[in-house]
Amino acid sequence: MAETVLTPPAHVLPVAFTRDQLDWLPWVAPLAEAELTERHITALVDAARAKSPYFRLLARDPAALEARTRTDKDIFYNPDAGLPRAERELAAAATSRFNGCIYCASVHARFSATYSKRVEDVQRLLDEGIGADLGERWNAIVAASVALSATPIAFGPAHVQRLRDAGLDDLAIADVIQGAAFFNWANRLMLSLGEPAVPGA
Amino acid sequence: MDVIDRLVGIAPGSALDAIRARRPEARTHAEASYQALFAPAEAGEVSATERLAAAVFVVGLHGEATTAAFYRDALAATGAAPALLAAVDQAVQAAAGQGPFGRYPAGPLSVEDSPGPAWQPDAALRGALGARLAAAFAHLRLLVLHPRDAAPEHLQALLDAGWSTTGIVTLSQIVSFLAFQVRVVSGFRTLAAAS
Repeated sequence: MAETVLTPPAHVLPVAFTRDQLDWLPWVAPLAEAELTERHITALVDAARAKSPYFRLLARDPAALEARTRTDKDIFYNPDAGLPRAERELAAAATSRFNGCIYCASVHARFSATYSKRVEDVQRLLDEGIGADLGERWNAIVAASVALSATPIAFGPAHVQRLRDAGLDDLAIADVIQGAAFFNWANRLMLSLGEPAVPGA
Repeated sequence: MDVIDRLVGIAPGSALDAIRARRPEARTHAEASYQALFAPAEAGEVSATERLAAAVFVVGLHGEATTAAFYRDALAATGAAPALLAAVDQAVQAAAGQGPFGRYPAGPLSVEDSPGPAWQPDAALRGALGARLAAAFAHLRLLVLHPRDAAPEHLQALLDAGWSTTGIVTLSQIVSFLAFQVRVVSGFRTLAAAS
Protein backbone atom coordinates (compact mmCIF):
# COMPACT_ATOMS: atom_id res chain seq x y z
CA MET A 1 0.00 0.00 0.00
CA ALA A 2 1.22 3.47 -0.87
CA GLU A 3 2.45 5.75 1.89
CA THR A 4 0.57 8.96 2.61
CA VAL A 5 1.85 12.48 3.13
CA LEU A 6 2.01 14.00 6.59
CA THR A 7 -0.59 16.43 7.85
CA PRO A 8 1.38 19.20 9.56
CA PRO A 9 0.11 20.43 12.91
CA ALA A 10 -2.02 23.62 12.90
CA HIS A 11 0.25 26.53 12.08
CA VAL A 12 0.40 29.98 10.52
CA LEU A 13 2.01 30.26 7.08
CA PRO A 14 4.18 33.33 6.58
CA VAL A 15 2.59 35.36 3.76
CA ALA A 16 5.41 37.87 3.22
CA PHE A 17 9.20 37.75 2.97
CA THR A 18 10.74 38.36 6.36
CA ARG A 19 14.04 38.32 8.25
CA ASP A 20 12.27 36.70 11.18
CA GLN A 21 13.15 33.17 12.24
CA LEU A 22 10.74 30.64 10.71
CA ASP A 23 10.04 26.97 11.32
CA TRP A 24 9.79 24.37 8.54
CA LEU A 25 7.32 21.49 8.56
CA PRO A 26 7.89 18.41 6.38
CA TRP A 27 5.21 16.92 4.11
CA VAL A 28 6.76 13.44 4.19
CA ALA A 29 8.33 11.68 7.14
CA PRO A 30 11.89 12.47 8.21
CA LEU A 31 13.88 9.73 9.89
CA ALA A 32 13.33 9.73 13.65
CA GLU A 33 16.30 10.85 15.70
CA ALA A 34 16.45 7.37 17.22
CA GLU A 35 16.75 5.83 13.74
CA LEU A 36 19.89 7.76 12.80
CA THR A 37 22.89 5.52 12.25
CA GLU A 38 26.52 6.63 12.17
CA ARG A 39 26.24 6.94 8.40
CA HIS A 40 23.33 9.36 8.79
CA ILE A 41 25.12 11.39 11.46
CA THR A 42 28.21 11.67 9.27
CA ALA A 43 25.96 12.84 6.41
CA LEU A 44 24.49 15.59 8.60
CA VAL A 45 28.05 16.98 8.92
CA ASP A 46 26.96 19.03 11.98
CA ALA A 47 25.60 16.62 14.59
CA ALA A 48 23.27 19.39 15.85
CA ARG A 49 21.33 19.05 12.59
CA ALA A 50 19.84 15.83 13.98
CA LYS A 51 17.29 18.20 15.60
CA SER A 52 16.18 19.50 12.20
CA PRO A 53 13.32 17.67 10.44
CA TYR A 54 14.58 19.03 7.11
CA PHE A 55 18.01 17.46 7.49
CA ARG A 56 16.59 14.24 8.96
CA LEU A 57 14.38 13.97 5.87
CA LEU A 58 17.32 14.52 3.49
CA ALA A 59 19.30 11.96 5.54
CA ARG A 60 17.19 9.28 3.82
CA ASP A 61 19.77 9.64 1.01
CA PRO A 62 22.89 10.17 3.13
CA ALA A 63 25.47 10.27 0.34
CA ALA A 64 23.53 12.98 -1.51
CA LEU A 65 22.99 14.95 1.71
CA GLU A 66 26.63 14.85 2.78
CA ALA A 67 27.93 16.01 -0.62
CA ARG A 68 25.24 18.73 -0.79
CA THR A 69 26.19 20.05 2.64
CA ARG A 70 29.94 20.11 2.00
CA THR A 71 29.37 21.92 -1.30
CA ASP A 72 27.17 24.48 0.46
CA LYS A 73 29.65 25.14 3.27
CA ASP A 74 32.61 25.81 0.98
CA ILE A 75 30.66 28.11 -1.34
CA PHE A 76 29.42 30.23 1.55
CA TYR A 77 32.02 29.88 4.32
CA ASN A 78 35.39 29.51 2.57
CA PRO A 79 37.24 32.61 3.84
CA ASP A 80 39.85 32.65 1.04
CA ALA A 81 39.26 36.00 -0.74
CA GLY A 82 36.59 36.26 -3.43
CA LEU A 83 33.20 37.71 -2.58
CA PRO A 84 32.73 38.90 1.04
CA ARG A 85 30.42 36.63 3.04
CA ALA A 86 27.72 39.33 3.22
CA GLU A 87 27.48 39.39 -0.56
CA ARG A 88 27.52 35.61 -0.97
CA GLU A 89 24.50 35.69 1.35
CA LEU A 90 23.00 38.49 -0.76
CA ALA A 91 23.21 36.24 -3.84
CA ALA A 92 21.47 33.49 -1.84
CA ALA A 93 18.76 35.86 -0.60
CA ALA A 94 18.16 37.36 -4.07
CA THR A 95 17.90 33.91 -5.64
CA SER A 96 15.45 32.84 -2.95
CA ARG A 97 13.41 36.03 -3.39
CA PHE A 98 13.21 35.40 -7.15
CA ASN A 99 12.29 31.72 -6.86
CA GLY A 100 9.81 32.50 -4.10
CA CYS A 101 11.31 30.56 -1.19
CA ILE A 102 10.15 32.52 1.85
CA TYR A 103 11.97 30.19 4.26
CA CYS A 104 15.35 30.30 2.46
CA ALA A 105 15.11 34.05 1.94
CA SER A 106 14.51 34.57 5.68
CA VAL A 107 17.67 32.71 6.68
CA HIS A 108 19.98 34.31 4.13
CA ALA A 109 18.54 37.80 4.42
CA ARG A 110 19.35 37.57 8.14
CA PHE A 111 22.91 36.48 7.37
CA SER A 112 23.37 39.17 4.73
CA ALA A 113 22.05 41.86 7.09
CA THR A 114 24.27 40.62 9.92
CA TYR A 115 27.47 40.52 7.89
CA SER A 116 26.87 43.68 5.84
CA LYS A 117 25.13 45.71 8.56
CA ARG A 118 22.95 47.05 5.70
CA VAL A 119 19.71 45.98 7.34
CA GLU A 120 17.50 48.46 5.47
CA ASP A 121 18.86 47.47 2.06
CA VAL A 122 18.35 43.79 2.77
CA GLN A 123 14.83 44.49 3.97
CA ARG A 124 14.16 46.48 0.79
CA LEU A 125 15.14 43.45 -1.29
CA LEU A 126 12.59 41.39 0.67
CA ASP A 127 9.85 44.03 0.54
CA GLU A 128 10.24 45.39 -2.98
CA GLY A 129 11.72 42.35 -4.66
CA ILE A 130 14.57 41.91 -7.10
CA GLY A 131 14.08 45.35 -8.69
CA ALA A 132 14.86 47.20 -5.43
CA ASP A 133 17.62 49.83 -5.81
CA LEU A 134 20.39 48.74 -3.43
CA GLY A 135 23.26 50.70 -4.97
CA GLU A 136 25.14 49.61 -8.08
CA ARG A 137 27.38 46.90 -6.58
CA TRP A 138 24.49 45.09 -4.88
CA ASN A 139 22.20 45.71 -7.86
CA ALA A 140 24.77 44.00 -10.10
CA ILE A 141 24.98 40.99 -7.75
CA VAL A 142 21.19 40.70 -7.54
CA ALA A 143 20.77 41.03 -11.32
CA ALA A 144 23.41 38.38 -12.00
CA SER A 145 21.84 36.00 -9.45
CA VAL A 146 18.41 36.48 -10.97
CA ALA A 147 19.58 36.03 -14.57
CA LEU A 148 21.37 32.81 -13.62
CA SER A 149 18.23 31.57 -11.83
CA ALA A 150 15.86 32.12 -14.75
CA THR A 151 14.88 29.14 -16.89
CA PRO A 152 16.13 29.18 -19.60
CA ILE A 153 19.27 30.67 -18.03
CA ALA A 154 19.64 34.35 -18.94
CA PHE A 155 23.10 35.05 -17.47
CA GLY A 156 25.45 36.43 -20.13
CA PRO A 157 28.60 38.45 -20.81
CA ALA A 158 26.87 41.72 -19.89
CA HIS A 159 26.33 40.43 -16.34
CA VAL A 160 30.01 39.55 -16.03
CA GLN A 161 31.01 42.99 -17.29
CA ARG A 162 28.63 44.73 -14.90
CA LEU A 163 30.07 42.76 -11.97
CA ARG A 164 33.62 43.66 -13.05
CA ASP A 165 32.64 47.31 -13.38
CA ALA A 166 31.26 47.10 -9.83
CA GLY A 167 34.69 45.98 -8.58
CA LEU A 168 34.39 42.18 -8.47
CA ASP A 169 37.37 40.09 -9.59
CA ASP A 170 36.82 36.76 -11.31
CA LEU A 171 37.01 34.74 -8.07
CA ALA A 172 34.28 36.97 -6.62
CA ILE A 173 32.20 36.55 -9.79
CA ALA A 174 32.65 32.77 -9.52
CA ASP A 175 31.33 33.08 -5.94
CA VAL A 176 28.23 34.89 -7.22
CA ILE A 177 27.73 32.11 -9.78
CA GLN A 178 28.16 29.29 -7.26
CA GLY A 179 26.14 31.06 -4.54
CA ALA A 180 23.17 31.72 -6.82
CA ALA A 181 23.45 28.27 -8.42
CA PHE A 182 23.50 26.61 -5.01
CA PHE A 183 20.29 28.33 -3.98
CA ASN A 184 18.57 26.96 -7.03
CA TRP A 185 19.33 23.61 -5.40
CA ALA A 186 18.33 24.59 -1.86
CA ASN A 187 15.17 26.51 -2.82
CA ARG A 188 13.74 23.52 -4.69
CA LEU A 189 14.23 21.14 -1.75
CA MET A 190 12.80 23.56 0.80
CA LEU A 191 9.82 24.54 -1.38
CA SER A 192 8.81 21.03 -2.41
CA LEU A 193 9.32 18.81 0.66
CA GLY A 194 7.53 20.93 3.25
CA GLU A 195 6.37 24.41 4.18
CA PRO A 196 7.40 27.29 6.42
CA ALA A 197 5.56 28.22 9.61
CA VAL A 198 5.57 31.23 11.91
CA PRO A 199 7.00 29.95 15.23
CA GLY A 200 4.68 29.90 18.19
CA ALA A 201 1.73 31.29 16.21
CA MET B 1 38.94 16.77 -14.80
CA ASP B 2 35.57 16.36 -13.18
CA VAL B 3 32.16 16.53 -14.84
CA ILE B 4 31.81 20.30 -14.45
CA ASP B 5 35.29 20.81 -15.97
CA ARG B 6 34.33 18.61 -18.91
CA LEU B 7 30.99 20.30 -19.50
CA VAL B 8 32.44 23.81 -19.26
CA GLY B 9 35.65 22.94 -21.09
CA ILE B 10 38.01 23.93 -18.25
CA ALA B 11 41.57 22.95 -19.18
CA PRO B 12 44.08 22.11 -16.43
CA GLY B 13 46.16 25.19 -15.70
CA SER B 14 43.57 27.62 -17.11
CA ALA B 15 42.38 30.68 -15.21
CA LEU B 16 39.07 29.02 -14.34
CA ASP B 17 40.88 25.88 -13.17
CA ALA B 18 42.75 28.09 -10.71
CA ILE B 19 39.52 29.77 -9.60
CA ARG B 20 37.82 26.42 -9.00
CA ALA B 21 40.88 25.33 -6.99
CA ARG B 22 40.22 28.19 -4.54
CA ARG B 23 36.93 26.48 -3.54
CA PRO B 24 38.32 22.93 -3.33
CA GLU B 25 35.58 21.42 -1.15
CA ALA B 26 32.85 22.80 -3.42
CA ARG B 27 34.66 21.32 -6.40
CA THR B 28 35.13 17.92 -4.74
CA HIS B 29 31.61 17.71 -3.41
CA ALA B 30 29.83 18.97 -6.51
CA GLU B 31 31.47 15.96 -8.15
CA ALA B 32 30.60 13.74 -5.17
CA SER B 33 26.98 14.89 -5.51
CA TYR B 34 27.00 13.90 -9.16
CA GLN B 35 28.45 10.50 -8.23
CA ALA B 36 25.98 9.99 -5.36
CA LEU B 37 23.03 10.69 -7.61
CA PHE B 38 24.12 9.13 -10.91
CA ALA B 39 26.63 6.44 -9.93
CA PRO B 40 25.54 5.59 -6.37
CA ALA B 41 27.26 2.85 -4.40
CA GLU B 42 23.80 1.29 -4.09
CA ALA B 43 21.03 2.05 -6.57
CA GLY B 44 18.60 2.12 -3.66
CA GLU B 45 15.03 2.88 -4.66
CA VAL B 46 15.71 4.65 -7.95
CA SER B 47 17.15 2.75 -10.92
CA ALA B 48 20.02 4.06 -13.03
CA THR B 49 17.66 4.42 -15.97
CA GLU B 50 15.19 6.46 -13.91
CA ARG B 51 17.95 8.71 -12.58
CA LEU B 52 19.34 9.43 -16.03
CA ALA B 53 15.95 9.77 -17.74
CA ALA B 54 15.11 12.36 -15.07
CA ALA B 55 18.39 14.14 -15.80
CA VAL B 56 17.82 14.29 -19.55
CA PHE B 57 14.37 15.73 -18.95
CA VAL B 58 15.46 18.28 -16.32
CA VAL B 59 18.50 19.52 -18.21
CA GLY B 60 16.50 19.57 -21.44
CA LEU B 61 13.97 21.89 -19.79
CA HIS B 62 16.86 24.20 -18.91
CA GLY B 63 17.98 24.31 -22.55
CA GLU B 64 21.64 23.62 -21.60
CA ALA B 65 22.59 21.69 -24.76
CA THR B 66 26.06 20.41 -23.82
CA THR B 67 24.89 19.14 -20.43
CA ALA B 68 21.74 17.64 -21.94
CA ALA B 69 23.81 15.71 -24.49
CA PHE B 70 26.08 14.44 -21.69
CA TYR B 71 23.18 12.94 -19.76
CA ARG B 72 21.48 11.66 -22.92
CA ASP B 73 24.63 9.74 -23.83
CA ALA B 74 24.76 8.35 -20.30
CA LEU B 75 21.12 7.26 -20.52
CA ALA B 76 21.74 5.56 -23.87
CA ALA B 77 24.77 3.81 -22.37
CA THR B 78 22.55 2.11 -19.76
CA GLY B 79 20.97 0.21 -22.61
CA ALA B 80 17.76 2.21 -22.35
CA ALA B 81 15.30 1.33 -25.12
CA PRO B 82 15.20 3.70 -28.11
CA ALA B 83 11.49 4.15 -27.38
CA LEU B 84 12.35 5.53 -23.92
CA LEU B 85 14.96 7.90 -25.32
CA ALA B 86 12.42 9.15 -27.85
CA ALA B 87 9.79 9.55 -25.13
CA VAL B 88 12.13 11.62 -22.97
CA ASP B 89 12.94 13.88 -25.94
CA GLN B 90 9.22 14.29 -26.64
CA ALA B 91 8.59 15.12 -22.99
CA VAL B 92 11.17 17.93 -23.13
CA GLN B 93 9.45 19.40 -26.18
CA ALA B 94 5.99 19.08 -24.64
CA ALA B 95 6.89 20.45 -21.20
CA ALA B 96 9.24 23.33 -22.08
CA GLY B 97 8.49 26.74 -20.60
CA GLN B 98 9.93 29.74 -18.81
CA GLY B 99 10.39 29.98 -15.07
CA PRO B 100 10.19 30.65 -12.28
CA PHE B 101 6.46 31.29 -12.19
CA GLY B 102 3.83 30.43 -9.61
CA ARG B 103 1.63 31.63 -6.80
CA TYR B 104 2.33 32.77 -3.24
CA PRO B 105 0.22 32.05 -0.16
CA ALA B 106 -2.76 34.43 -0.25
CA GLY B 107 -1.77 37.80 1.20
CA PRO B 108 0.42 40.78 0.35
CA LEU B 109 2.50 38.74 -2.12
CA SER B 110 -0.56 37.82 -4.18
CA VAL B 111 0.11 40.87 -6.36
CA GLU B 112 3.29 39.06 -7.47
CA ASP B 113 1.46 35.87 -8.45
CA SER B 114 2.33 34.71 -11.93
CA PRO B 115 0.16 31.64 -12.30
CA GLY B 116 0.85 29.18 -15.07
CA PRO B 117 -0.27 25.75 -16.09
CA ALA B 118 0.95 22.58 -14.48
CA TRP B 119 1.95 19.86 -16.91
CA GLN B 120 1.18 16.17 -17.09
CA PRO B 121 2.41 13.75 -19.74
CA ASP B 122 -0.40 12.85 -22.14
CA ALA B 123 -1.65 9.27 -22.47
CA ALA B 124 0.81 8.33 -25.21
CA LEU B 125 3.76 9.67 -23.23
CA ARG B 126 2.53 7.99 -20.05
CA GLY B 127 2.42 4.74 -21.96
CA ALA B 128 5.97 5.17 -23.21
CA LEU B 129 7.40 6.31 -19.86
CA GLY B 130 5.41 4.03 -17.58
CA ALA B 131 3.32 5.24 -14.66
CA ARG B 132 6.21 5.69 -12.23
CA LEU B 133 8.41 7.77 -14.53
CA ALA B 134 5.43 9.70 -15.88
CA ALA B 135 4.52 10.79 -12.34
CA ALA B 136 8.14 11.70 -11.73
CA PHE B 137 8.32 13.85 -14.86
CA ALA B 138 5.23 15.85 -13.84
CA HIS B 139 6.95 16.55 -10.50
CA LEU B 140 10.31 17.37 -12.07
CA ARG B 141 8.70 19.92 -14.37
CA LEU B 142 7.02 21.53 -11.34
CA LEU B 143 10.37 21.81 -9.58
CA VAL B 144 12.21 23.16 -12.62
CA LEU B 145 9.72 25.82 -13.65
CA HIS B 146 7.39 26.66 -10.76
CA PRO B 147 8.68 25.26 -7.48
CA ARG B 148 6.73 27.78 -5.38
CA ASP B 149 3.51 26.02 -6.50
CA ALA B 150 4.63 22.81 -4.75
CA ALA B 151 2.07 21.32 -2.38
CA PRO B 152 1.64 18.08 -0.41
CA GLU B 153 -0.66 16.62 -3.09
CA HIS B 154 2.26 16.59 -5.50
CA LEU B 155 4.14 14.26 -3.17
CA GLN B 156 1.00 12.15 -2.68
CA ALA B 157 0.84 11.72 -6.47
CA LEU B 158 4.38 10.32 -6.37
CA LEU B 159 3.55 8.01 -3.46
CA ASP B 160 0.47 6.80 -5.35
CA ALA B 161 2.63 6.05 -8.41
CA GLY B 162 4.88 3.78 -6.37
CA TRP B 163 7.56 6.16 -5.12
CA SER B 164 8.58 5.73 -1.47
CA THR B 165 9.47 8.62 0.80
CA THR B 166 13.15 7.79 0.39
CA GLY B 167 12.74 7.59 -3.39
CA ILE B 168 11.10 11.02 -3.33
CA VAL B 169 14.10 12.43 -1.45
CA THR B 170 16.49 11.03 -4.06
CA LEU B 171 14.33 12.28 -6.96
CA SER B 172 14.14 15.73 -5.35
CA GLN B 173 17.91 15.81 -4.90
CA ILE B 174 18.38 14.84 -8.55
CA VAL B 175 16.34 17.73 -9.94
CA SER B 176 17.61 20.22 -7.37
CA PHE B 177 21.27 19.25 -7.87
CA LEU B 178 20.85 19.54 -11.64
CA ALA B 179 19.33 23.02 -11.23
CA PHE B 180 22.66 23.87 -9.52
CA GLN B 181 24.94 22.01 -11.91
CA VAL B 182 23.54 23.50 -15.13
CA ARG B 183 23.89 27.00 -13.65
CA VAL B 184 27.48 26.46 -12.56
CA VAL B 185 28.27 25.09 -16.02
CA SER B 186 26.50 27.90 -17.84
CA GLY B 187 27.85 30.61 -15.56
CA PHE B 188 31.45 29.37 -15.64
CA ARG B 189 31.33 29.01 -19.41
CA THR B 190 30.18 32.62 -19.71
CA LEU B 191 32.88 33.75 -17.27
CA ALA B 192 35.60 31.84 -19.14
CA ALA B 193 34.51 33.34 -22.46
CA ALA B 194 34.60 36.83 -20.98
CA SER B 195 38.17 36.50 -19.69
